[in-house]
Amino acid sequence: MSATVESTIAAPRTGRIDPKYTRDKTKSGNFEMLAWLFMRLSGVALVVLIFVHLFSNLMVGDGINGLDFGFVAGKWADPFWQFWDLALLWLSMLHGTNGVRTIINDYAERDGVRFWLKMVLYAATTVIIVLGTLVIFTFEPCLVGADGMLLESTPAFCETL
Amino acid sequence: MSTTATEPAEGPSKVDLGAQGGGTGEIPSFDVTLKVRRYLPETSEDAYWDEWTVTMYGTDRVLDALHKVKWDIDGTLSFRRSCAHGVCGSDAMRINGRNRLACKTLLKDLDLSKPILVEPIKGLPVEKDLIVDMDPFFQSYREIMPFLINKGPEPTKERLQSAEERERFDDTTKCILCAACTSSCPVFWTDGQYFGPAAIVNAHRFIFDSRDDAGDMRLEILNDKEGVWRCRTTFNCSEACPRGIQVTKAIAEVKQAVLAGSF
Repeated sequence: MSATVESTIAAPRTGRIDPKYTRDKTKSGNFEMLAWLFMRLSGVALVVLIFVHLFSNLMVGDGINGLDFGFVAGKWADPFWQFWDLALLWLSMLHGTNGVRTIINDYAERDGVRFWLKMVLYAATTVIIVLGTLVIFTFEPCLVGADGMLLESTPAFCETL
Repeated sequence: MSTTATEPAEGPSKVDLGAQGGGTGEIPSFDVTLKVRRYLPETSEDAYWDEWTVTMYGTDRVLDALHKVKWDIDGTLSFRRSCAHGVCGSDAMRINGRNRLACKTLLKDLDLSKPILVEPIKGLPVEKDLIVDMDPFFQSYREIMPFLINKGPEPTKERLQSAEERERFDDTTKCILCAACTSSCPVFWTDGQYFGPAAIVNAHRFIFDSRDDAGDMRLEILNDKEGVWRCRTTFNCSEACPRGIQVTKAIAEVKQAVLAGSF
């Protein structure tokens, strides 16, 4: 018998698995786990933050009729509400961004589309978080007109300053 | 035999089977229209629908109707089946849009006023008619190491386990690897790299087995970006499982085990 006879026949499917089913071996660390945990914890926190926010803005005092520039200015003069709104901004933006990131991962089929959709998402999130944070901390309630007088819409406490 | 059961295990029959007493009467028959998704790569690149009307009996299943077509009408119709009794897991297919085993779906339980739609399971490459390439499915299954790993000395008798310890993972031992769950998962449809419910169920079977020592390794494998965190809890898998495994619950338990191991 010849020693060169092929002793095995390749299995019919050998090497035929579509590459779209092959996971890349790079470790993703704990990011997905932390993201999953963050969604649950921030979700619970947001329920409290949002309903207190709605209650204090719409129900207390004059309710929705008292809601104007002066009302917001008054709230942001208080470090408690500054912190509250900051937490609301950051948690809701990160919670929402992570949710949309998940949806993009689920539904964008092409790698390039998925990458660019996420880049647009992250850019928008960054702009909104930075802008929102700046507004909360650098907000100037007592606006002065060109003539040096307070504008009409400024809250009452500006008069005493 | 006890005759105290008042409710049938499955829903009421949609076909009037008449009075059935003593088993001496003739089994009622009815016409069934099958509409099967065909794909014959030798003749055409495109899939199409084929329709047949066959006379079947009240005791028949979708598999019997497929057999009737294959054996009596069109021999080119291709599908997998081995045991034909719901144990081997070969004949999972999409029946009226739901993943079912053809051998466990009675025709009388379906709406026979319309054609019965039969398609291959989704998310895996179709090879011919109702046959899909199961290799990506089994590749994920192999990766979670579906075998007992015990680092202790080999016992002279069996490895003992209490009834409670056995009960912990009893549900996930029922898996027959039919792929009905994985191919019903919308995440798997768009992301073939997702491990899928079946692989996680079979990891669960060993992670919670008191005799197994490699639970941590399996949890690390499933703590991947394509692992348990990809699950969106849509419950399609639990609905599809022909063995009634609480698949989504098993995935949630693995998620909690990963969390518990990390903090």
